[in-house]
Amino acid sequence: MEAEAAKFIGAGLATLGMIGAGIGVGTLFSGFLQGATRNPSAAGGQFTNLILGAALTEALGILAFVLGLLILFS
Amino acid sequence: MADPMHQFQIHKLVDLPDFAIPGVGVIDMAFTNSTLAMTLAAAGIAGFFALATSKGAVVPGRLQMVGESAFNYIDNLTTSIIGHEGRKFFPFIFTLFLFILAMNLLGLFLVFTATSQLAVTATLAAMTILLVLIIGFARNGLNMYKLFVPAGVPWYMLILVTPIEFISFLLRPVTLALRLFGNMLGGHVALKVFAGFVVSLGMMAAGGGLGLFGIPGALLSLSGVVALTALEFLVAFLQAFVFAVLACVYLNDVVNLGHHH
Repeated sequence: MEAEAAKFIGAGLATLGMIGAGIGVGTLFSGFLQGATRNPSAAGGQFTNLILGAALTEALGILAFVLGLLILFS
Repeated sequence: MADPMHQFQIHKLVDLPDFAIPGVGVIDMAFTNSTLAMTLAAAGIAGFFALATSKGAVVPGRLQMVGESAFNYIDNLTTSIIGHEGRKFFPFIFTLFLFILAMNLLGLFLVFTATSQLAVTATLAAMTILLVLIIGFARNGLNMYKLFVPAGVPWYMLILVTPIEFISFLLRPVTLALRLFGNMLGGHVALKVFAGFVVSLGMMAAGGGLGLFGIPGALLSLSGVVALTALEFLVAFLQAFVFAVLACVYLNDVVNLGHHH
């Protein structure tokens, strides 16, 4: 296999890291919505925590993205 | 298809003479498009707040209302996360939030996004984490080690927990920089890829024959671009907010070390 082709395959495989981030963010928002529909008055106060959790989860997906970029462009 | 990475290239607008620092090396002082975007963002914020506060009224007008809401929003954020000492750090957090927000939003209107450069986001992250370290050591001295040794954890668990806490602390500036950079870069690449589809499918349709099937595809990509642009506005605000929240959380860790407010 040519090195260039292996590079593209590797970059494609690196995107699989997004699966984990997707599951994580989905779980996070499902949990928030379940809690928010049961106690809507407390939902507003948890918005910052929600965004914080989403950001921390998403960071791992972003790491996969950056890894893909590194494989492609270095 | 046009190269989606072309938009992130830096080119010199005004070439200024190099600046040599003994022992560090030569620094290129050229005025680039990245510098221009950051200058515009800073000037935009200063101009907006000069305008918003020029006619200070007890009953605020529309412009003053926007300025006051932004101010109030971040003030509530710092106080709710850091506690009663949050006021001290409000100027830093507010500046950080506004600067990132302005750069993100300008990137959607102009051709260049300053926050899609790793150098810019890494500088902001390094600044934040340096402030955290300075305040942490100034307030707690050598008690800073408590950051890695959570209270109430049995000693045999500490063998496992302390290295993890230490590594996660070292990764904070890295993820802080990469999150903003990756979000802005990824969003703008996706925008340009979809915009490229419109052009290439339109070219195909111009050829006639079977190529006419490209027209529905081009329409679909065009609506994709519109939807993605709307999403990018949300992301632009959310990433600035996330950066501010995380800066608050990291500051809170060292300001209220060992006791929860």
